[in-house]
Amino acid sequence: MDILISSIVAGLLIGMILALVSLGLTIIFGVMDIVNFAHGEFLMLGMYTTLFTAQATGIDPLLTLPLAALVGFALGVACYYGFIRFLLRGPMVAQLLGTFGLMLLLRNLALLLFGSEDRALHHGLLVGKSFELGMGVIIPATKLAAAGLSIVTFAAVWLLMNRTRIGKALTATSLNAQGARYMGIPTSRMNALAWGIGGGSVTLAGGLLVNFWSVNPFVGLLFTMIAFTIVALGGFGSVPGAFFAALVVGLITEIPGFWDFVTYTFDIGWMSDVPMTSFKYTWVYLAYFVIMVVRPRGLFGWKH
Amino acid sequence: MAIALLEIEDIWVRYAGMPVIQGLSLAVEGGETVCVVGANGAGKSTLLRAVMGKQPPYKGKVRFAGREIQRLSTEEIVHLGIVYVPEEKMLFGPLSVEENLRLGAYILKDPQRIEQNLDFVYSLFPRLQERRRQPASTLSGGEQQMVAIGRGLMSNPRILMLDEPSLGLAPILVDEVLDTVRKLKEEGMTILLVEQNVREALELADRGYVLQTGRIMAEGSGQELLASDMFRKAFLGM
Repeated sequence: MDILISSIVAGLLIGMILALVSLGLTIIFGVMDIVNFAHGEFLMLGMYTTLFTAQATGIDPLLTLPLAALVGFALGVACYYGFIRFLLRGPMVAQLLGTFGLMLLLRNLALLLFGSEDRALHHGLLVGKSFELGMGVIIPATKLAAAGLSIVTFAAVWLLMNRTRIGKALTATSLNAQGARYMGIPTSRMNALAWGIGGGSVTLAGGLLVNFWSVNPFVGLLFTMIAFTIVALGGFGSVPGAFFAALVVGLITEIPGFWDFVTYTFDIGWMSDVPMTSFKYTWVYLAYFVIMVVRPRGLFGWKH
Repeated sequence: MAIALLEIEDIWVRYAGMPVIQGLSLAVEGGETVCVVGANGAGKSTLLRAVMGKQPPYKGKVRFAGREIQRLSTEEIVHLGIVYVPEEKMLFGPLSVEENLRLGAYILKDPQRIEQNLDFVYSLFPRLQERRRQPASTLSGGEQQMVAIGRGLMSNPRILMLDEPSLGLAPILVDEVLDTVRKLKEEGMTILLVEQNVREALELADRGYVLQTGRIMAEGSGQELLASDMFRKAFLGM
């Protein structure tokens, strides 16, 4: 029983972090109908930013988060003005291949600059500590903090989009860009802002993840794929959709571990010999296919 | 004749390589209501989109309050005080009526002014006040047109350009929309109206232009046009 609760808690915690990972993807798509294949590479750069800053200065990794977010924001805005802006004039396929190219560029730049080895954080206020919630449920402090800060950031971005003048203008741009231009809203600047928020939120997520996840130049792909699943499940362009879908996906990644525990404990024939945790992302992608077939609009519908 | 607020001088506009507007000139003076009529495909909407910088003219000039604006972006043109209410309405569907209206005041900075304009729009369209919290997409066609016009009024435009505001509406609603235009005219608003309800539109306008295949074929006061032979043949089938 307690192992079931543990799995659910762990699933929800990782789900909250995945929500922040996916936020930028859904915002960028919502505002300009561009699917950013380089999303995971932004995350990877956020992980490196926190890792190197914390290692070089010796300060706690949590204190480097504003820098990680700033790097992502600046990179997002720079990508928009330097590159994406020109893609918008081309056909859809140019935009797909364009962000795909951006992914390859960022990944290989990281490979060139940082090398291919895995790097992990070994110091920090929270590293190695854990909390006991009772009933045998133990959660690492890093994950708890990451989940908490993810929720706070996610909520802050949601409030920005729904309660402020600039956020309303961003929402208007995503709903009808030409209509927004006729209101005098600078839609190109709104696109840049979407890239800034998209980049900044995902590098911040990277800075949180690196507390318990090692980084190499290829780490982005996994998260790009997970974020795609989440955004497809929640509905492309939907911010609340991404949040709930991320919790679902977080739970899906923890079910195989629970399954392994059950089959191992009760020694159910061959099943106890096959560790399902090794296939946990298979279930996530399987969920993606099921969503595409059963409800292509996602839980919350496209954009709305 | 005073200096026109909006002055279009011999503009040429292509759309998808096809000539749509070919040497068109017209003028709207401050406080005037001017109506442009013409058949489908005559270039009426293109004319308004050319003024807005959406489909800028490749030749000719557009002047607003004496300043050339044909090279400006849509955003800059809106900031000068030209507001365009498109035929497609382009509402922000999932947002509430009031959120739509407030977005219309995006270029205004003074919150007090925004509240005043909101009150004005609600006094013009009391039904919108009843439905202020409803998503715009759930409104009827007539109500959506009210939101579109109201949203256009929210920024204190110096000129309001309405593109077929009665399109697709039931006859009773057509009258209601045109009554609103008349009310705005009486308030002193400068209006450039494109309409397919030729007779009603020309009756309420100070002056009218007849557009055919991208050129002005006739101009004059509404009454003159309605009475002219050419016009009666072309539009009223008489």
